[in-house]
Amino acid sequence: MDFDRISFTNVSRYFERRRALSHVTLECAGGEIVGLLGHNGAGKSTLLSIAATLLRPSAGEIRYGTAAFDDAGPDVRRRIGVLGHETQLYGELTATENLRFFASLYGMNRIEDRVALALSRAELSRRAHDAVSGFSRGMRQRLALERALLHEPRLLLLDEPFTGLDHHASLAMADRLASLAAEGRIVLLATHDLDLAERVVTRAAILRDGRLAAIHNDPRSLRARYLDAQIGTG
Amino acid sequence: MRPFLTAAWLIARKDLTVEVRSREIVATTVFFAVSCTLVFAFSLVQEGRTVVDAAAGLLWIAIAFSGTLALGRTFERERFNDTLRALMLAPSDRPAIYVGKLLGILAMLLAVELVLVPLVGLLFQAPLLAHPGLIGALVLLGTLGFCAVGTLFAAMLVRTRSRDVLLPVVLYPLTIPVIIAGVRGTVAVLASPPDLAMAQFWIGLLASFDAVFILLALWTFEPVMTE
Repeated sequence: MDFDRISFTNVSRYFERRRALSHVTLECAGGEIVGLLGHNGAGKSTLLSIAATLLRPSAGEIRYGTAAFDDAGPDVRRRIGVLGHETQLYGELTATENLRFFASLYGMNRIEDRVALALSRAELSRRAHDAVSGFSRGMRQRLALERALLHEPRLLLLDEPFTGLDHHASLAMADRLASLAAEGRIVLLATHDLDLAERVVTRAAILRDGRLAAIHNDPRSLRARYLDAQIGTG
Repeated sequence: MRPFLTAAWLIARKDLTVEVRSREIVATTVFFAVSCTLVFAFSLVQEGRTVVDAAAGLLWIAIAFSGTLALGRTFERERFNDTLRALMLAPSDRPAIYVGKLLGILAMLLAVELVLVPLVGLLFQAPLLAHPGLIGALVLLGTLGFCAVGTLFAAMLVRTRSRDVLLPVVLYPLTIPVIIAGVRGTVAVLASPPDLAMAQFWIGLLASFDAVFILLALWTFEPVMTE
Protein backbone atom coordinates (compact mmCIF):
# COMPACT_ATOMS: atom_id res chain seq x y z
CA MET A 1 0.00 0.00 0.00
CA ASP A 2 1.54 3.29 -1.08
CA PHE A 3 0.60 6.81 0.00
CA ASP A 4 1.60 10.29 -1.09
CA ARG A 5 1.11 12.21 2.16
CA ILE A 6 0.90 11.87 5.91
CA SER A 7 -1.46 14.08 7.87
CA PHE A 8 -1.76 14.72 11.59
CA THR A 9 -5.02 16.27 12.77
CA ASN A 10 -5.27 17.53 16.35
CA VAL A 11 -2.83 14.87 17.52
CA SER A 12 -2.13 14.81 21.25
CA ARG A 13 -0.08 12.41 23.31
CA TYR A 14 0.14 12.17 27.09
CA PHE A 15 2.52 10.06 29.15
CA GLU A 16 0.38 9.60 32.25
CA ARG A 17 -0.19 13.25 33.24
CA ARG A 18 2.66 14.73 31.25
CA ARG A 19 1.67 16.31 27.95
CA ALA A 20 4.16 15.48 25.20
CA LEU A 21 2.08 16.67 22.25
CA SER A 22 -0.98 18.85 22.16
CA HIS A 23 -3.34 19.35 19.22
CA VAL A 24 -0.71 19.15 16.49
CA THR A 25 -2.08 19.52 12.98
CA LEU A 26 0.37 19.08 10.15
CA GLU A 27 0.39 17.64 6.65
CA CYS A 28 3.48 16.52 4.76
CA ALA A 29 3.41 15.55 1.09
CA GLY A 30 5.76 13.68 -1.19
CA GLY A 31 8.70 15.80 -2.33
CA GLU A 32 8.83 17.76 0.91
CA ILE A 33 11.47 17.78 3.61
CA VAL A 34 9.66 19.02 6.69
CA GLY A 35 11.95 20.07 9.51
CA LEU A 36 10.67 19.54 13.06
CA LEU A 37 12.46 22.07 15.20
CA GLY A 38 12.29 22.72 18.90
CA HIS A 39 14.11 22.45 22.22
CA ASN A 40 14.64 19.15 24.01
CA GLY A 41 11.26 17.85 25.17
CA ALA A 42 9.34 19.93 22.63
CA GLY A 43 7.67 16.80 21.24
CA LYS A 44 9.71 16.15 18.07
CA SER A 45 10.65 12.56 18.86
CA THR A 46 7.15 11.79 20.12
CA LEU A 47 5.66 13.02 16.85
CA LEU A 48 8.14 10.90 14.87
CA SER A 49 7.39 7.82 17.01
CA ILE A 50 3.68 8.26 16.39
CA ALA A 51 4.29 8.66 12.64
CA ALA A 52 6.36 5.46 12.79
CA THR A 53 3.37 3.60 14.38
CA LEU A 54 5.46 2.90 17.49
CA LEU A 55 3.38 5.13 19.75
CA ARG A 56 -0.38 5.52 19.81
CA PRO A 57 -1.74 9.06 19.92
CA SER A 58 -3.87 9.79 22.99
CA ALA A 59 -6.20 11.82 20.76
CA GLY A 60 -6.44 13.02 17.18
CA GLU A 61 -6.15 11.41 13.80
CA ILE A 62 -3.22 10.33 11.64
CA ARG A 63 -3.59 9.28 8.04
CA TYR A 64 -1.09 7.70 5.67
CA GLY A 65 -2.74 8.73 2.40
CA THR A 66 -6.22 7.32 2.99
CA ALA A 67 -5.22 4.73 5.60
CA ALA A 68 -5.98 5.57 9.22
CA PHE A 69 -3.49 4.93 12.04
CA ASP A 70 -5.43 1.95 13.37
CA ASP A 71 -5.30 0.32 9.93
CA ALA A 72 -1.56 0.93 9.61
CA GLY A 73 -0.37 -2.65 9.68
CA PRO A 74 2.54 -4.31 7.91
CA ASP A 75 1.62 -2.77 4.53
CA VAL A 76 2.04 0.78 5.83
CA ARG A 77 5.14 -0.10 7.87
CA ARG A 78 6.71 -1.47 4.68
CA ARG A 79 6.62 2.12 3.34
CA ILE A 80 8.19 3.75 6.42
CA GLY A 81 11.91 4.15 7.08
CA VAL A 82 13.22 5.39 10.42
CA LEU A 83 16.59 6.66 11.52
CA GLY A 84 16.37 7.26 15.25
CA HIS A 85 18.62 8.63 17.99
CA GLU A 86 20.40 5.28 18.06
CA THR A 87 21.71 3.53 14.97
CA GLN A 88 19.46 0.46 15.32
CA LEU A 89 22.32 -1.78 14.16
CA TYR A 90 23.74 -4.91 15.78
CA GLY A 91 27.34 -4.27 16.82
CA GLU A 92 28.31 -7.95 16.75
CA LEU A 93 27.19 -8.35 13.13
CA THR A 94 29.10 -7.05 10.11
CA ALA A 95 27.78 -4.22 7.96
CA THR A 96 26.73 -6.75 5.31
CA GLU A 97 25.03 -9.02 7.85
CA ASN A 98 23.10 -6.10 9.34
CA LEU A 99 21.81 -4.98 5.94
CA ARG A 100 21.10 -8.55 4.83
CA PHE A 101 19.14 -9.23 8.02
CA PHE A 102 16.90 -6.19 7.62
CA ALA A 103 16.47 -6.77 3.89
CA SER A 104 15.32 -10.33 4.60
CA LEU A 105 13.01 -9.11 7.35
CA TYR A 106 11.39 -6.75 4.84
CA GLY A 107 10.95 -9.66 2.41
CA MET A 108 12.96 -7.92 -0.30
CA ASN A 109 14.23 -9.53 -3.49
CA ARG A 110 17.71 -9.08 -5.04
CA ILE A 111 19.07 -8.73 -1.53
CA GLU A 112 22.77 -9.03 -2.42
CA ASP A 113 22.50 -6.30 -5.08
CA ARG A 114 20.68 -3.97 -2.71
CA VAL A 115 23.15 -4.61 0.10
CA ALA A 116 26.11 -3.92 -2.21
CA LEU A 117 24.50 -0.67 -3.40
CA ALA A 118 23.72 0.43 0.17
CA LEU A 119 27.30 -0.26 1.26
CA SER A 120 28.58 1.70 -1.70
CA ARG A 121 26.33 4.66 -0.87
CA ALA A 122 27.49 4.56 2.74
CA GLU A 123 31.10 4.48 1.45
CA LEU A 124 31.63 1.30 3.44
CA SER A 125 32.24 -1.26 0.70
CA ARG A 126 35.78 -1.86 1.98
CA ARG A 127 34.50 -2.44 5.53
CA ALA A 128 31.57 -4.61 4.44
CA HIS A 129 32.74 -7.64 6.41
CA ASP A 130 33.83 -5.80 9.56
CA ALA A 131 31.76 -5.88 12.72
CA VAL A 132 29.79 -2.66 13.20
CA SER A 133 31.06 -2.34 16.79
CA GLY A 134 34.44 -1.34 15.32
CA PHE A 135 32.99 1.51 13.25
CA SER A 136 33.23 5.19 14.15
CA ARG A 137 30.02 7.03 15.03
CA GLY A 138 29.94 8.66 11.60
CA MET A 139 30.36 5.34 9.78
CA ARG A 140 27.59 3.78 11.86
CA GLN A 141 25.34 6.76 11.15
CA ARG A 142 25.90 6.46 7.38
CA LEU A 143 25.20 2.73 7.53
CA ALA A 144 22.10 3.38 9.67
CA LEU A 145 20.73 5.78 7.04
CA GLU A 146 21.23 3.18 4.32
CA ARG A 147 19.56 0.57 6.52
CA ALA A 148 16.57 2.88 6.88
CA LEU A 149 16.46 3.40 3.09
CA LEU A 150 17.10 -0.21 2.10
CA HIS A 151 13.41 -0.96 1.42
CA GLU A 152 12.87 2.33 -0.47
CA PRO A 153 10.36 3.80 1.96
CA ARG A 154 7.84 6.44 0.94
CA LEU A 155 7.97 8.13 4.37
CA LEU A 156 11.37 8.74 5.90
CA LEU A 157 11.49 9.74 9.59
CA LEU A 158 14.83 11.08 10.80
CA ASP A 159 15.62 12.00 14.38
CA GLU A 160 18.83 14.05 14.64
CA PRO A 161 20.39 12.33 11.59
CA PHE A 162 23.46 14.58 11.57
CA THR A 163 24.63 13.38 15.01
CA GLY A 164 28.24 12.22 14.87
CA LEU A 165 28.81 13.29 11.29
CA ASP A 166 31.62 15.65 10.35
CA HIS A 167 30.93 18.70 8.19
CA HIS A 168 31.61 16.90 4.92
CA ALA A 169 29.44 13.91 5.85
CA SER A 170 26.64 16.21 7.08
CA LEU A 171 26.59 18.04 3.76
CA ALA A 172 26.61 14.73 1.90
CA MET A 173 23.65 13.55 3.97
CA ALA A 174 21.83 16.84 3.33
CA ASP A 175 22.34 16.34 -0.41
CA ARG A 176 21.14 12.74 -0.12
CA LEU A 177 17.95 13.89 1.65
CA ALA A 178 17.33 16.47 -1.06
CA SER A 179 17.65 13.78 -3.75
CA LEU A 180 15.28 11.49 -1.83
CA ALA A 181 12.69 14.26 -1.64
CA ALA A 182 13.16 14.90 -5.35
CA GLU A 183 12.19 11.26 -5.92
CA GLY A 184 8.84 12.00 -4.29
CA ARG A 185 9.52 10.71 -0.80
CA ILE A 186 8.14 12.40 2.29
CA VAL A 187 10.94 13.35 4.66
CA LEU A 188 10.24 14.37 8.27
CA LEU A 189 13.40 15.52 9.96
CA ALA A 190 13.84 16.44 13.64
CA THR A 191 17.00 18.42 14.28
CA HIS A 192 18.65 21.02 16.47
CA ASP A 193 21.05 22.01 13.72
CA LEU A 194 19.48 25.16 12.33
CA ASP A 195 22.23 25.77 9.77
CA LEU A 196 21.73 22.35 8.20
CA ALA A 197 17.96 22.68 8.57
CA GLU A 198 18.08 25.96 6.62
CA ARG A 199 20.06 24.20 3.92
CA VAL A 200 17.93 21.09 3.57
CA VAL A 201 14.30 21.59 4.68
CA THR A 202 11.58 22.85 2.38
CA ARG A 203 9.24 23.66 5.28
CA ALA A 204 9.83 24.07 8.99
CA ALA A 205 7.43 23.20 11.82
CA ILE A 206 8.50 24.65 15.15
CA LEU A 207 7.31 22.84 18.26
CA ARG A 208 7.22 24.37 21.72
CA ASP A 209 6.06 22.43 24.80
CA GLY A 210 4.27 19.90 22.62
CA ARG A 211 2.38 22.51 20.64
CA LEU A 212 2.95 23.55 17.05
CA ALA A 213 4.24 27.10 17.57
CA ALA A 214 4.78 28.04 13.92
CA ILE A 215 5.07 26.69 10.40
CA HIS A 216 7.35 28.40 7.92
CA ASN A 217 6.99 27.58 4.26
CA ASP A 218 10.17 29.51 3.47
CA PRO A 219 13.02 28.12 5.57
CA ARG A 220 15.34 31.07 4.94
CA SER A 221 16.36 33.03 8.05
CA LEU A 222 15.20 30.06 10.07
CA ARG A 223 17.34 30.93 13.07
CA ALA A 224 15.60 34.28 13.65
CA ARG A 225 12.14 32.77 13.11
CA TYR A 226 12.99 29.87 15.40
CA LEU A 227 13.97 32.25 18.20
CA ASP A 228 10.79 34.26 17.65
CA ALA A 229 8.69 31.10 17.85
CA GLN A 230 10.45 29.92 20.99
CA ILE A 231 9.78 33.16 22.83
CA GLY A 232 6.23 33.27 21.55
CA THR A 233 6.31 36.07 19.03
CA GLY A 234 6.61 33.94 15.88
CA MET B 1 1.73 -17.87 7.73
CA ARG B 2 4.99 -18.27 5.81
CA PRO B 3 6.15 -14.61 6.20
CA PHE B 4 5.38 -14.90 9.93
CA LEU B 5 7.54 -18.01 10.33
CA THR B 6 10.27 -16.56 8.11
CA ALA B 7 10.47 -13.40 10.25
CA ALA B 8 10.52 -15.45 13.47
CA TRP B 9 13.28 -17.67 12.09
CA LEU B 10 15.34 -14.67 10.92
CA ILE B 11 15.16 -13.07 14.36
CA ALA B 12 16.03 -16.31 16.17
CA ARG B 13 18.94 -16.96 13.79
CA LYS B 14 20.18 -13.39 14.24
CA ASP B 15 20.08 -13.79 18.05
CA LEU B 16 22.03 -17.02 17.86
CA THR B 17 24.60 -15.50 15.47
CA VAL B 18 25.09 -12.56 17.84
CA GLU B 19 25.46 -15.01 20.73
CA VAL B 20 27.99 -17.18 18.88
CA ARG B 21 30.07 -14.03 18.24
CA SER B 22 29.86 -12.61 21.78
CA ARG B 23 29.38 -15.83 23.82
CA GLU B 24 28.06 -13.51 26.49
CA ILE B 25 24.71 -14.96 27.52
CA VAL B 26 25.44 -18.69 27.41
CA ALA B 27 28.83 -18.29 29.10
CA THR B 28 27.54 -16.11 31.96
CA THR B 29 24.41 -18.22 32.38
CA VAL B 30 26.38 -21.49 32.51
CA PHE B 31 28.75 -19.92 35.05
CA PHE B 32 25.81 -18.77 37.16
CA ALA B 33 24.00 -22.14 36.93
CA VAL B 34 27.15 -24.08 37.86
CA SER B 35 27.89 -21.76 40.80
CA CYS B 36 24.31 -22.09 42.01
CA THR B 37 24.47 -25.89 41.77
CA LEU B 38 27.81 -26.08 43.59
CA VAL B 39 26.60 -23.88 46.46
CA PHE B 40 23.51 -26.05 46.93
CA ALA B 41 25.57 -29.23 46.61
CA PHE B 42 27.85 -28.11 49.45
CA SER B 43 24.89 -27.48 51.74
CA LEU B 44 22.53 -30.31 50.74
CA VAL B 45 24.95 -33.20 50.16
CA GLN B 46 26.37 -34.50 53.46
CA GLU B 47 28.76 -37.47 53.46
CA GLY B 48 27.51 -38.59 50.08
CA ARG B 49 23.84 -38.50 51.07
CA THR B 50 21.43 -35.96 49.69
CA VAL B 51 18.21 -34.50 51.02
CA VAL B 52 15.26 -36.34 49.43
CA ASP B 53 14.11 -34.68 46.17
CA ALA B 54 16.78 -31.97 46.49
CA ALA B 55 18.07 -32.65 42.96
CA ALA B 56 14.67 -31.97 41.39
CA GLY B 57 14.20 -28.73 43.34
CA LEU B 58 17.72 -27.52 42.69
CA LEU B 59 17.51 -28.28 38.97
CA TRP B 60 14.43 -26.12 38.55
CA ILE B 61 15.73 -23.33 40.78
CA ALA B 62 18.85 -23.18 38.60
CA ILE B 63 16.74 -23.19 35.42
CA ALA B 64 14.52 -20.36 36.70
CA PHE B 65 17.42 -18.18 37.92
CA SER B 66 19.51 -18.78 34.80
CA GLY B 67 16.50 -18.17 32.59
CA THR B 68 15.86 -14.81 34.24
CA LEU B 69 19.47 -13.81 33.68
CA ALA B 70 19.35 -14.84 30.00
CA LEU B 71 16.02 -13.09 29.38
CA GLY B 72 17.29 -9.83 30.85
CA ARG B 73 20.50 -9.87 28.82
CA THR B 74 18.80 -10.78 25.55
CA PHE B 75 16.50 -7.79 25.71
CA GLU B 76 19.22 -5.51 27.05
CA ARG B 77 21.01 -6.16 23.75
CA GLU B 78 17.93 -5.05 21.81
CA ARG B 79 17.63 -1.95 23.98
CA PHE B 80 21.27 -0.92 23.67
CA ASN B 81 21.13 0.34 20.08
CA ASP B 82 17.34 0.61 19.99
CA THR B 83 17.15 -2.38 17.67
CA LEU B 84 13.87 -3.51 19.20
CA ARG B 85 12.25 -0.46 17.57
CA ALA B 86 13.78 -1.48 14.25
CA LEU B 87 12.24 -4.93 14.64
CA MET B 88 8.89 -3.38 15.58
CA LEU B 89 8.99 -1.32 12.37
CA ALA B 90 9.47 -4.32 10.12
CA PRO B 91 6.46 -5.20 7.97
CA SER B 92 6.03 -8.62 9.53
CA ASP B 93 3.32 -9.35 12.07
CA ARG B 94 4.67 -8.11 15.40
CA PRO B 95 4.01 -11.39 17.25
CA ALA B 96 6.66 -12.89 14.92
CA ILE B 97 9.19 -10.87 16.95
CA TYR B 98 7.93 -12.59 20.08
CA VAL B 99 8.25 -16.04 18.50
CA GLY B 100 11.74 -15.27 17.16
CA LYS B 101 12.99 -14.00 20.50
CA LEU B 102 11.37 -16.97 22.28
CA LEU B 103 13.11 -19.47 19.97
CA GLY B 104 16.47 -17.74 20.43
CA ILE B 105 16.23 -17.68 24.24
CA LEU B 106 14.96 -21.26 24.31
CA ALA B 107 17.94 -22.47 22.24
CA MET B 108 20.39 -20.65 24.54
CA LEU B 109 18.81 -22.02 27.72
CA LEU B 110 18.71 -25.56 26.32
CA ALA B 111 22.46 -25.23 25.65
CA VAL B 112 22.93 -24.22 29.31
CA GLU B 113 20.82 -27.18 30.42
CA LEU B 114 23.06 -29.58 28.50
CA VAL B 115 25.68 -28.71 31.12
CA LEU B 116 23.33 -28.23 34.06
CA VAL B 117 21.36 -31.51 33.97
CA PRO B 118 24.38 -33.89 34.01
CA LEU B 119 26.06 -31.70 36.65
CA VAL B 120 23.05 -31.88 38.97
CA GLY B 121 22.83 -35.64 38.33
CA LEU B 122 26.50 -36.04 39.23
CA LEU B 123 26.64 -33.84 42.33
CA PHE B 124 23.32 -35.04 43.78
CA GLN B 125 23.76 -38.68 42.70
CA ALA B 126 20.42 -38.48 40.93
CA PRO B 127 19.73 -40.82 37.96
CA LEU B 128 18.62 -37.90 35.77
CA LEU B 129 19.85 -39.61 32.62
CA ALA B 130 18.21 -43.00 33.37
CA HIS B 131 15.07 -41.87 31.54
CA PRO B 132 16.45 -39.33 29.07
CA GLY B 133 13.21 -39.07 27.09
CA LEU B 134 11.11 -38.13 30.11
CA ILE B 135 13.69 -35.78 31.62
CA GLY B 136 14.26 -34.25 28.18
CA ALA B 137 10.53 -33.65 27.71
CA LEU B 138 10.16 -32.16 31.21
CA VAL B 139 13.14 -29.83 30.78
CA LEU B 140 12.14 -28.81 27.23
CA LEU B 141 8.49 -28.11 28.05
CA GLY B 142 9.31 -26.47 31.40
CA THR B 143 11.90 -24.20 29.83
CA LEU B 144 9.53 -23.37 26.99
CA GLY B 145 6.80 -22.37 29.46
CA PHE B 146 9.20 -20.26 31.51
CA CYS B 147 10.55 -18.54 28.39
CA ALA B 148 7.06 -18.06 26.92
CA VAL B 149 6.04 -15.89 29.88
CA GLY B 150 9.50 -14.41 30.34
CA THR B 151 9.90 -13.26 26.73
CA LEU B 152 6.63 -11.33 26.86
CA PHE B 153 7.43 -9.58 30.13
CA ALA B 154 11.09 -8.95 29.30
CA ALA B 155 9.95 -7.26 26.07
CA MET B 156 7.33 -5.21 27.91
CA LEU B 157 9.77 -4.09 30.60
CA VAL B 158 12.69 -3.34 28.30
CA ARG B 159 12.04 0.42 28.36
CA THR B 160 11.37 0.67 32.10
CA ARG B 161 14.10 1.95 34.37
CA SER B 162 13.81 -0.77 37.03
CA ARG B 163 13.47 -3.68 34.57
CA ASP B 164 16.13 -5.81 36.32
CA VAL B 165 14.11 -5.77 39.55
CA LEU B 166 10.67 -5.94 37.98
CA LEU B 167 11.30 -8.93 35.71
CA PRO B 168 11.78 -11.56 38.47
CA VAL B 169 9.06 -9.94 40.59
CA VAL B 170 6.56 -10.37 37.76
CA LEU B 171 7.95 -13.58 36.31
CA TYR B 172 8.27 -15.93 39.28
CA PRO B 173 4.66 -15.75 40.53
CA LEU B 174 3.36 -16.28 36.98
CA THR B 175 5.62 -19.23 36.26
CA ILE B 176 4.99 -21.04 39.58
CA PRO B 177 2.72 -23.60 37.82
CA VAL B 178 5.54 -24.41 35.37
CA ILE B 179 8.15 -24.72 38.13
CA ILE B 180 5.87 -26.92 40.29
CA ALA B 181 5.02 -29.18 37.33
CA GLY B 182 8.71 -29.42 36.45
CA VAL B 183 9.73 -30.29 40.03
CA ARG B 184 6.95 -32.83 40.58
CA GLY B 185 7.58 -34.45 37.18
CA THR B 186 11.31 -34.70 37.91
CA VAL B 187 10.62 -36.16 41.38
CA ALA B 188 8.40 -38.81 39.76
CA VAL B 189 11.18 -39.76 37.30
CA LEU B 190 13.80 -39.90 40.08
CA ALA B 191 11.59 -41.97 42.46
CA SER B 192 12.64 -45.51 43.17
CA PRO B 193 11.01 -47.15 41.32
CA PRO B 194 10.24 -44.33 38.84
CA ASP B 195 6.58 -43.31 38.69
CA LEU B 196 6.41 -43.02 34.91
CA ALA B 197 2.64 -42.52 34.75
CA MET B 198 2.90 -39.54 37.12
CA ALA B 199 5.82 -38.12 35.12
CA GLN B 200 3.76 -38.35 31.93
CA PHE B 201 0.86 -36.60 33.70
CA TRP B 202 3.13 -33.66 34.61
CA ILE B 203 4.52 -33.58 31.07
CA GLY B 204 0.98 -33.33 29.71
CA LEU B 205 0.21 -30.55 32.18
CA LEU B 206 3.36 -28.65 31.14
CA ALA B 207 2.36 -28.97 27.47
CA SER B 208 -1.04 -27.49 28.35
CA PHE B 209 0.55 -24.59 30.28
CA ASP B 210 2.85 -23.89 27.35
CA ALA B 211 -0.03 -23.82 24.86
CA VAL B 212 -2.02 -21.41 27.04
CA PHE B 213 0.94 -19.12 27.79
CA ILE B 214 2.09 -18.95 24.16
CA LEU B 215 -1.41 -18.24 22.85
CA LEU B 216 -1.93 -15.48 25.43
CA ALA B 217 1.46 -13.96 24.62
CA LEU B 218 0.79 -14.01 20.85
CA TRP B 219 -2.55 -12.33 21.47
CA THR B 220 -1.21 -9.59 23.75
CA PHE B 221 2.26 -8.90 22.30
CA GLU B 222 1.34 -6.22 19.77
CA PRO B 223 -0.99 -4.19 22.03
CA VAL B 224 1.45 -4.17 24.94
CA MET B 225 4.42 -3.27 22.74
CA THR B 226 2.68 -0.37 20.96
CA GLU B 227 2.74 2.16 23.78
